[in-house]
Amino acid sequence: MDRPVAHVSSSSVALDKKRGRKLAVRPGKMILHMFTLILAILFLVPFYYVIINSVKEYAAILSNSSALPSPVILDNFRKAWTIMDFPKVFANSVMITVFSNIGLIVMSSMAAYKMVRSPGKIVSFLFILFTAAMVIPFQSIMITLVKVANMADLINSRTGLIICYFGFGLPLNLFLYHGFIKSISREIEESAVVDGCSTYGVFWRIVFPLLKPMTVTIVLLNSLWIWNDYLLPSLILNGKELQTIPLATYNFFGQYTKQWDLALAALVLGVAPIVLLFLFMQKQIVEGITAGSVKG
Amino acid sequence: MTARRWKSGSEYAVFIGPALVFFTLIVIIPFFMSMYYALTNWNGVSSKVTFVGFDNFTHLVSDSLFRKDFWFTVKFTLVSLVLINFIGFGLALLLTRAMRGRNVYRTIFFMPNVIGGLLLGFIWQFIFVKGFASLGSLTHLPFFELPWLGDAPTAFWGLVIVQTWQMAGYVMVIYIAALMNIPKELLEAARIDGGTRMTVLRKIIIPLSMPAFTVCLFLTISTCFKAFDLNLALTKGGPFNSTESVALNIYYEAFRNNNYGLGTAKALVFFIIVALVTTAQVIYTKRKEVQA
Repeated sequence: MDRPVAHVSSSSVALDKKRGRKLAVRPGKMILHMFTLILAILFLVPFYYVIINSVKEYAAILSNSSALPSPVILDNFRKAWTIMDFPKVFANSVMITVFSNIGLIVMSSMAAYKMVRSPGKIVSFLFILFTAAMVIPFQSIMITLVKVANMADLINSRTGLIICYFGFGLPLNLFLYHGFIKSISREIEESAVVDGCSTYGVFWRIVFPLLKPMTVTIVLLNSLWIWNDYLLPSLILNGKELQTIPLATYNFFGQYTKQWDLALAALVLGVAPIVLLFLFMQKQIVEGITAGSVKG
Repeated sequence: MTARRWKSGSEYAVFIGPALVFFTLIVIIPFFMSMYYALTNWNGVSSKVTFVGFDNFTHLVSDSLFRKDFWFTVKFTLVSLVLINFIGFGLALLLTRAMRGRNVYRTIFFMPNVIGGLLLGFIWQFIFVKGFASLGSLTHLPFFELPWLGDAPTAFWGLVIVQTWQMAGYVMVIYIAALMNIPKELLEAARIDGGTRMTVLRKIIIPLSMPAFTVCLFLTISTCFKAFDLNLALTKGGPFNSTESVALNIYYEAFRNNNYGLGTAKALVFFIIVALVTTAQVIYTKRKEVQA
């Protein structure tokens, strides 16, 4: 996020730094920094509460949920882990996210490429159809979707759910690739064709590698959406065997309402994978999301 | 000639075909089916579906809970929209200044966004129920001693707080990208000409960030209007349906009351409203965009 500033002019950054140091004693600057710090603490407080209370005994949570845990109990996690069947739930979430992404990337990049390079009446009608569908809220077609899913035998299967994600993800993915491919010059492709490369060869060996920045953005956007989605899996998957993390957490909460010691441990388990991933890849995630939403 | 045409046709089929098949199956068919089922008394179970014309729509107009949920959703969207964008833009202004640790701050403010609405709702359920109670007994501040999720007005604000907490960091990131694109010379020139901080903000920074406002307003309106996970996890629409969003209403109508026909009619109305509101907003803010 910082790089663009550095590109503008290195001297203005140096100036900023110098000014920053000099103004650090200025009260206005101090107040702004204090204000940011307080806001940041406010943003973090919920995480503090959830984490410290997830390692407390039930009675300790009830008596004072603000205090630090005096004996740290990891038993909550052991129980939540087995009750939720966390390894299986986690594997389901990973599988569904990964395979949905692979299918979406392959189909949307290929379709967008063809639409940009071979324009025509039918193609532009299709493109408008795909992009117009982005304004349809999921909830306004979910009821009939369940009926279609029943008829097409997509209910209660991971593959069925992945196919649903294909359908809902395609409009945005195709739109983003379409915009990106338009900006790529076709000279390289033409010389490859002259050298005897087939259309498929041109796409997979030359064009697809060039799409990498957009592919990263799309994978990040899709993953955050699919990983965290609750409503669609809740309509498609019924069996306990197939549950994803949001589904398992929801059912766990229903079963252990008010049993905060177990519920919070389950919650920390549920949140941990995505937060850890974010902390490791925050730069890519933030950049990717900005790129995706500004273009989308 | 025909061989070549056949080859080009098969290329279209390979490149566009799969996308078109899945998109049609999952989005287009359900969409057009809902137009038909909205005019029936379909209950989801029985195979007998009777055509009832516009009965569902006339029923919908007199459905007081749907109207109530609709106004809740509108109010929730408006209040959250203002707060999210005000705080997000403010944070972006703060964190594009030279400040020690600003990248850490950006990470912190963005973090709630990677967690899904359902898990966030549960996290905040604990904060409102146990965390606030504990802070209340420690500090005796009336703010923490409110009934929060147990009372309609405070439950509304509870949802607004969580939605803002989740989305402010997201729009912040988009605003930061926009602010960094404003040419430095322009800002310096304005200062040299004696512009105060407020005038620079109002006459230069905000007009030049209009594309970001278009995006952020669109994202906040569509996200808040479709609110579902958060309401389900935090209040389940209670107390007394006071925090039931339109999306939750549609869900309950179909999958709990088994009025699939009526639910589909509601879903169709919902689609039309979301489409109209977001399109109007994009057209309106796009008109305000200027070139540097």
